[in-house]
Amino acid sequence: MGRYFVKRVLGTIPLLLVISFLIFMFIHLIPGDPVRNMAGREATTEELENLRESMGFNKPLYQQYFSYLNDLVHGDLGISYKTKLPVSEMMIGRLKPTLKLTFFATLWSTIVGIAIGVLSAVNRGKLIDYLGMLIAISGISIPGFWLGLVMIQIFSVKLGWVPTGGLDTWRSYILPSITLGCGIMAILARFSRSSMLDSLGEDYVRTARAKGQRERLVILRHAFRNSLVQVVTVIGLQIGGLLAGSVLIETVFTIPGLGRLLVDSLAFRDYKVVQALLLFFSFEYILINLIVDLLYGVLNPRIRLK
Amino acid sequence: MQTSTFIDQPIKKAESRAKYYFRKFFQRKTAVIAAVIILIFLFFAIFGPQIAPFDPSLPDYDNLYGAPDAVHWFGTDEFGRDVLSRLLVGTRNSLGVSLASVLIGAAIGTFLGVLAGYYGGIIDSIVMRGSDILFAMPDILLAIAIVAIIGPGIINVVIAVAVFTIPSFARIMRSATLSVKSSLYVEAARSIGCKNSRILWVHIFPSTVQSMIVNFTMRIGTAILAAASLSFLGYGAKVDEPDWGAMLSSGRNYLDIAPHLVYFPGLLIFIAVLAFNLLGDGLRDTLDPKLK
Repeated sequence: MGRYFVKRVLGTIPLLLVISFLIFMFIHLIPGDPVRNMAGREATTEELENLRESMGFNKPLYQQYFSYLNDLVHGDLGISYKTKLPVSEMMIGRLKPTLKLTFFATLWSTIVGIAIGVLSAVNRGKLIDYLGMLIAISGISIPGFWLGLVMIQIFSVKLGWVPTGGLDTWRSYILPSITLGCGIMAILARFSRSSMLDSLGEDYVRTARAKGQRERLVILRHAFRNSLVQVVTVIGLQIGGLLAGSVLIETVFTIPGLGRLLVDSLAFRDYKVVQALLLFFSFEYILINLIVDLLYGVLNPRIRLK
Repeated sequence: MQTSTFIDQPIKKAESRAKYYFRKFFQRKTAVIAAVIILIFLFFAIFGPQIAPFDPSLPDYDNLYGAPDAVHWFGTDEFGRDVLSRLLVGTRNSLGVSLASVLIGAAIGTFLGVLAGYYGGIIDSIVMRGSDILFAMPDILLAIAIVAIIGPGIINVVIAVAVFTIPSFARIMRSATLSVKSSLYVEAARSIGCKNSRILWVHIFPSTVQSMIVNFTMRIGTAILAAASLSFLGYGAKVDEPDWGAMLSSGRNYLDIAPHLVYFPGLLIFIAVLAFNLLGDGLRDTLDPKLK
């Protein structure tokens, strides 16, 4: 078990290094002089040289990368060109709305997704099953930003029930959370249905039925509990992508979170911030995947024994 | 009454594989409906400019933000242009971008995946680590990063979406290749002295095509969504170009006075993605039940 843990954790380090290098190169891959790109056409030669010096662009590339890594390890993500504030400070300020949004989206989508999946599996081939799977495939196919706009039009503009954007009250979170969680809900519904169908066909379920246990108990205690391991894995993997999904949803609902910061920073060519956010979203994604893998190893011994 | 026994019956010719697949596919009503919808979209993509009732870029300043009526079925936009005509003409852009990007991604991914699965060793390691790197970033983020580097515009959206399509094909085709690599007919081909390239592309590749078709269809849905998302964020088609995502993006500014500018483009994106996903589901059940 210990070896499996160490192997998986060590295996992630090269990936993190490669990703950090690619994201470091992001500024340099954009055509043209990176300093000119940030400062704009109006900047004088003196201003450009000062900026080049202060951002370390005058050093050789490999030195720049090592000092970037060194800063990273010390939690220094650089200074924003636009606001002159430390990037890490800007990100911390924006983290809360994004995390809250992700939490609410995960919460409702997990409950509703699993419920739809289990109900569909138990009623396989019946109307409930078809309806459940119709909801699921629609959830995967619907453009989140469009759903968000349609809901704003109906519930905010027409009915005035919730604010159109911003984060003034708890009600501001309702529409964005629904929008953000829609995809996961759909994926979970499909996944928990097939996982439930698998476990409903297992011998232990037949045994439980043969013993004369009530159907509800058979479903909940035997079939559902055993299908949960895989469902938990899917939830974990999806949360990783959710934070990045906030880029679109925060733009639609004008929420001052990390996703919105990315879009704004790109528009302002504030590349230090863009770089830091790309790094944050990718690292978060890789680490959540790692945690899910490790958890899966704990829950399912067959994996770690391979 | 004539009694017929099993032995008396004439020997039926075995159903060809294609016929068998067709029969199985046509049993799935949702997939058939989805296929019909996709055909209609393809028709719009080809003949959109011809069947559009109005010139999609002709402004009409007397009829700004017009609600849907008998003349303009889907209403008019902020320049008085006919929304239906713009959507019909925009089909080519929106479907074209996703089809092109998935085609490119599928071609590169398939090539790499088949090579990795067949040769193994260092090629396999390089291809798989490469796809690990691409998989380490959420799709939409990777696409945004690529477009930020190479710049906005339709061609660049195609490249961005193609890049994040590559690893899924590489992985699927690798495992499909691995599963047929050690089969008897490949051994036979090798034993009669076939060259590696012939074994790869004549013997192994055709038997992996089924997995590719299924993934191809599914990825088109994802690509339409990704391309529309990029256009929505302003990295795709220009705002005045007839493109579903771009129309949605500009329409959101008039959500309170002309919601139809948001409703219709989004609805088309939704229907198109839904159709490709349903078709993908149907094809998977028909061609490759193991993938379920």
